[in-house]
Amino acid sequence: MNIFGVIALWIIAIGVAGWLFRFAGQKITGNKPMFRDMPYGVAFGYVLGAVVLVWLVWAYSLSRSADPAVANKYFFLGKAVEGFILFAIAAWMFRIFGRHVGTAGTRKLFRSMPLTASFGILTILIYAFVSIFAGVLAPYGQEEILAAANVVPGGNPAMGGNPDYPLGTDQIGRDILSRLIYGAQNTVGIAFATTVLAFLIGATLGFLAATLGGWLDQLLSRAVDVLMAIPSLIFALLLMTIASAWAGSEKGLLTFYMVIIIAVIDSTRVFRLARAVGLNIVVMDYIEAAKLRGEGMGYLIFREILPNATAPLLAEFGLRFCFVFLTIASLSFLGVGIQPPLADWGTMVRDLAQFINFAAFAPQVASAPLLAAGAIALLTVAVNFVVDWMLHKSSGLKE
Amino acid sequence: MTEQLLKVRGLKIEGRSDETWNQIVNGVDIDLKKGEVLGLIGESGAGKSTVGLASMGFTRDGCRISAGSVEFDGIDLVNASAAVKRSLLGKRIAYVAQSAAASFNPAHKLIDQHTEAPTQHHVMSKAESEADGIELYRKLRLPNPEEIGFRYPHQVSGGQLQRAMTAMAMSTRPDLIIFDEPTTALDVTTQIEVLASIREIVEEFDTAAIYITHDLAVVAQMADKIKVLLKGDEVEEADTRTMLSDPKEDYTKSLWAVRSFQRPQKPYISGGQTPVVSVKNVTAAYGKVPVLHDVSFDIHEARTVAVVGESGSGKSTTARCITGLLPPKQGHIEFDGEMLPLDYRKRNKMQLRQAQMIYQMADTALNPRKTIGELIGRPVQFYMGLTGKEKRRRVDQLLEEIELDPSVYYSRLPSELSGGQKQRIGIARALAAEPKFIICDEVTSALDQLVAEGILKLLARLQDELNLSYMFITHDLATVKSIADEVVVMKDGRVVEQGAKDEMFKPPHHPYTDLLLSSVPEMDPDWLTNLLNERGVDNIGDAAVDKM
Repeated sequence: MNIFGVIALWIIAIGVAGWLFRFAGQKITGNKPMFRDMPYGVAFGYVLGAVVLVWLVWAYSLSRSADPAVANKYFFLGKAVEGFILFAIAAWMFRIFGRHVGTAGTRKLFRSMPLTASFGILTILIYAFVSIFAGVLAPYGQEEILAAANVVPGGNPAMGGNPDYPLGTDQIGRDILSRLIYGAQNTVGIAFATTVLAFLIGATLGFLAATLGGWLDQLLSRAVDVLMAIPSLIFALLLMTIASAWAGSEKGLLTFYMVIIIAVIDSTRVFRLARAVGLNIVVMDYIEAAKLRGEGMGYLIFREILPNATAPLLAEFGLRFCFVFLTIASLSFLGVGIQPPLADWGTMVRDLAQFINFAAFAPQVASAPLLAAGAIALLTVAVNFVVDWMLHKSSGLKE
Repeated sequence: MTEQLLKVRGLKIEGRSDETWNQIVNGVDIDLKKGEVLGLIGESGAGKSTVGLASMGFTRDGCRISAGSVEFDGIDLVNASAAVKRSLLGKRIAYVAQSAAASFNPAHKLIDQHTEAPTQHHVMSKAESEADGIELYRKLRLPNPEEIGFRYPHQVSGGQLQRAMTAMAMSTRPDLIIFDEPTTALDVTTQIEVLASIREIVEEFDTAAIYITHDLAVVAQMADKIKVLLKGDEVEEADTRTMLSDPKEDYTKSLWAVRSFQRPQKPYISGGQTPVVSVKNVTAAYGKVPVLHDVSFDIHEARTVAVVGESGSGKSTTARCITGLLPPKQGHIEFDGEMLPLDYRKRNKMQLRQAQMIYQMADTALNPRKTIGELIGRPVQFYMGLTGKEKRRRVDQLLEEIELDPSVYYSRLPSELSGGQKQRIGIARALAAEPKFIICDEVTSALDQLVAEGILKLLARLQDELNLSYMFITHDLATVKSIADEVVVMKDGRVVEQGAKDEMFKPPHHPYTDLLLSSVPEMDPDWLTNLLNERGVDNIGDAAVDKM
């Protein structure tokens, strides 16, 4: 039987089970509204969810089995399940911690916080901690070339690992764990600085355009349209090529140029948001009242408009940070971003990329490039969770 | 004995806020027979709309019926399945919302929305329903009944839209219609037409109705019996005439007494005195669209000039001309006999300080991110140059002036205040500049009657104490009666009539003033009937305006 037949059979089976589930629910609960008014689609969803859950448990139990042939197949799934459970527990404990420690304000915040948001905040805090104390935490230097090259992650000598280098070493023998830790400092630090700069430029100009309107608004908006019309990664690559010619062998200078270039390109998006939000605020009566009072432009923008625009701007800051961070990683992956020997996650993925080919028969070897990629993914997801939560709070939606 | 249609017993509803369930309706009973109209009245937050919706077995998101029963024609609506409710709602029970403009789907023609319920419930075919819709439009006296249904909602006026919605509710000939403040957002002359139409059609089809409103005079025209609600509790219920002539409870009496506040007419201004503000032959336009034509009037010291007119008559535009937000094309504004620069950006701090403004919507007039102290403190600092302790003392003084306790309210945010309190903060902010002249733009129209009365009394007291002049923009003639010294009536950007209040409320009037005055509902339950007899159905409301 081909794969489509199997899928069709499964769908039919789940559909029948869904109907049975709904029918049984109605009988057992004596026609409670939940089961009585339940559409078939929802019943199908419940059963599908249950089936997927059972499959996950089964696959995870296989990945724990001693038989290497079976373990290989579900190695990454097993790690993902373990990571998920670990982070869920950590986030849960962090939330309990937050509910009992801190000021009345933060305690109240934690009480209504979903688990995803507390996971996000916890992860961001860990990243911040690691990047600030990278020098103390890392067992080796980021540029230090050690005796053993190509040590497999896991620290198990039988599998080609080495307990001295728990996450292995790369092709020229640098410790991957140390480079990950320093990478947090470089990649996250630079991304943060770039985002702040993008917001300074974009938000200020955006509010100015919204408040003044007229030709200034037209000029700025059309300029932004032109910049946004060029695909951003290609534009950044183009400018970086020019910048590397200017910077010559000065690697610090090139990084500085990169920050400026990405900040300017990303500030166009911030400009649009700030202008749109600002336009909604400047029509409010309290702005009119302030204008009639004779207030200056600075007071209008920073004291009347900005406090009312913080929620959407903060949410955008989180998203924009992820994009900037990914852009830097992409540029580094392409070779024009953060320059070696500085450790950077994008560069690490590029350097170790060919190990991905081992995924089918030696998953532990293939996990080397995935560690840096995972670090990027984890932070992106965490920031997005926090942003989602803040958007939800600021929009005042209930449930 | 006619049959019982709706029976609500001990209805309790809970609402969810801050993760807990709070009771918002504490046990309400409703009995409604076929063809009977019940008026539900109360202030905002009394639970009128919640009760109204619950009597169709429906609760808004975040609300739930926690106890009690709702029985419609013998069917238990609280425990009915979704399928049963679906077959009832829209077919035997219909709902008319407050804002027709927000409730119609702007992407579909009126008639298409009209025929939706009858075809969905297989009452009529689409063609039959269309023909019936045109018939209903004619009954509700909409202009061009054959064509109006083929327009989109934005192509018809607010009053017409409200009537189209009533027609839509009638489309399946329901047994019960819930009217949720259907005329609150309308001008008086439009309101009277809608009221007459609704009453006529409800009587014709012998439909039972629940009429929700906060306006007593309106409910007196519409309802057979009235139920008064206060904070989710039932205060009392009686038939309309008994209720109006002989209310039992204190709260009901206070509601009835609201309209009695009236200030005596101040002595007329003798000639020769320089007015505080003088609007001279002002003509203004938004772009190429003219809105004001040759408007002139004076406002004298310690007097209140009420500017009256319907929406679109140019009242607020006049205010924008005076403040300088919209520089007039012709004419000028004088302040204490001196010409003011037309654009507010060219005025100096002193000139800006002398004229302050209080807005209709306190919600949008107060920056939601600033505390009360900051809101009132800013003009104190900006104009008077006070800082630190002196500023705090002045703000406290102003808060006491508007009857709010400084120690409680100083550090609160606007969102932590009630509507009336917010409006008081707006007044305090205007006072902080120590002006001679304040523009009040519909300051009471978003407030409950009892609260509005408090604001009017406060404004009157402040005027006596501080010798303030007010320009009072309103469409509510009851407010004019209570606070104005002089009245300016505007229509289509022109001043139709002006003079002292006493004279304005005595005949003879300009025909438009007369129409405005006669359209204000009175507490007498026979008022609408008498008016219709006197004038004829085609001589009330917008129809009469159009004839002018």
